[in-house]
Amino acid sequence: MVISQEMIDRLQRQFPNCTTSEALEQARVVVVRQDLQEVFQWLKEESGFDLLVDVTCVDYLNYRGAQQRFGLVYLLANTETSERLTLRVMLDETDLEVPSAVPTWEGADWLEREVWDMFGIHFTGHPDLRRILMPEEFIAHPLRKDYPLQGRGERHNFPVLTRQTGLK
Amino acid sequence: MAEGGTEVAIDLPDSVVISKLDKLASWCRKNSLWPMPFATACCGIELMATGASRHDLARFGAEVFRFSPRQCDLMIVAGRVVMKMLPVLQRIWQQMPEPKWCISMGACASTGGVFDTYCVVQGVDRFIPVDMYVPGCPPRPEQLIQAIIDLQDKIQHGGRLDGTEFNRITGEQSGRPLLELPVIGQTTNVPY
Repeated sequence: MVISQEMIDRLQRQFPNCTTSEALEQARVVVVRQDLQEVFQWLKEESGFDLLVDVTCVDYLNYRGAQQRFGLVYLLANTETSERLTLRVMLDETDLEVPSAVPTWEGADWLEREVWDMFGIHFTGHPDLRRILMPEEFIAHPLRKDYPLQGRGERHNFPVLTRQTGLK
Repeated sequence: MAEGGTEVAIDLPDSVVISKLDKLASWCRKNSLWPMPFATACCGIELMATGASRHDLARFGAEVFRFSPRQCDLMIVAGRVVMKMLPVLQRIWQQMPEPKWCISMGACASTGGVFDTYCVVQGVDRFIPVDMYVPGCPPRPEQLIQAIIDLQDKIQHGGRLDGTEFNRITGEQSGRPLLELPVIGQTTNVPY
């Protein structure tokens, strides 16, 4: 459902640093990282965005016109009014520390672990920030654009079983 | 079994057959392969079709699919294997009793197929021994049956009672060319 203009205005008043836009009848808000924790609290407590649908990330490396490298995306929903909101934080490669959304929405736990695994974005205050998809000994973050599509050696560090070792 | 027809000095009744123990053991083994279905992708569907009534793997004595590796002696790796699955695959392989064989079914299991990415193993033969490779994406059940027939051929002609053929590196290579199915419209002298 289309988000109400009143809601957008309230958000803009509360956090003057954020920029809003609209695409395909969906509201998009880009907030600055310093505000992020407050935005989480405000959206959940004051505005009723009680469902965190997804946390994901976009790597804008070599993207036309991009100022910063990573766009961290939070998809939110209000289950009372069916309003939906796309929240975005732009991050630079030099500083990838972001406050965790787990204290606000419990469901952010595994979503943030996936973003950490695939993009290497560090969520401070996350209760258990481990890899979720890749093996623990994996060293890279493979969904980054500068990760090669083929031919990395990470897949070769397993023991090789032969008939001879098997016969002992 | 009694091919070759060596003359023996004593007179044997008709119900007695003389053979080498190696041949006898191999004959028993090749006709009672118990597959371990390591099916991770669409090849697994073809694997199921192979075992089902239409293609009927029971004709070749290999229809008893067991889901415990301890009761199997033929691992059929059907589908792509990702990095996190490989320790599982190796563990299952180690749990299977000797003598055991492995068929790598399909492009993904044999080479990684189109999944040349950071998380997919580029051919299970890098990490476990493989006896037969089946091309295809996914292979038809007939191709898998052909691989099993070829494997039976390999077991019969290379197998030893004590499994010493596994000790040699060369033992992993077939000592003779495998028999091929006759091509339609072409006469061959293939014995089956």
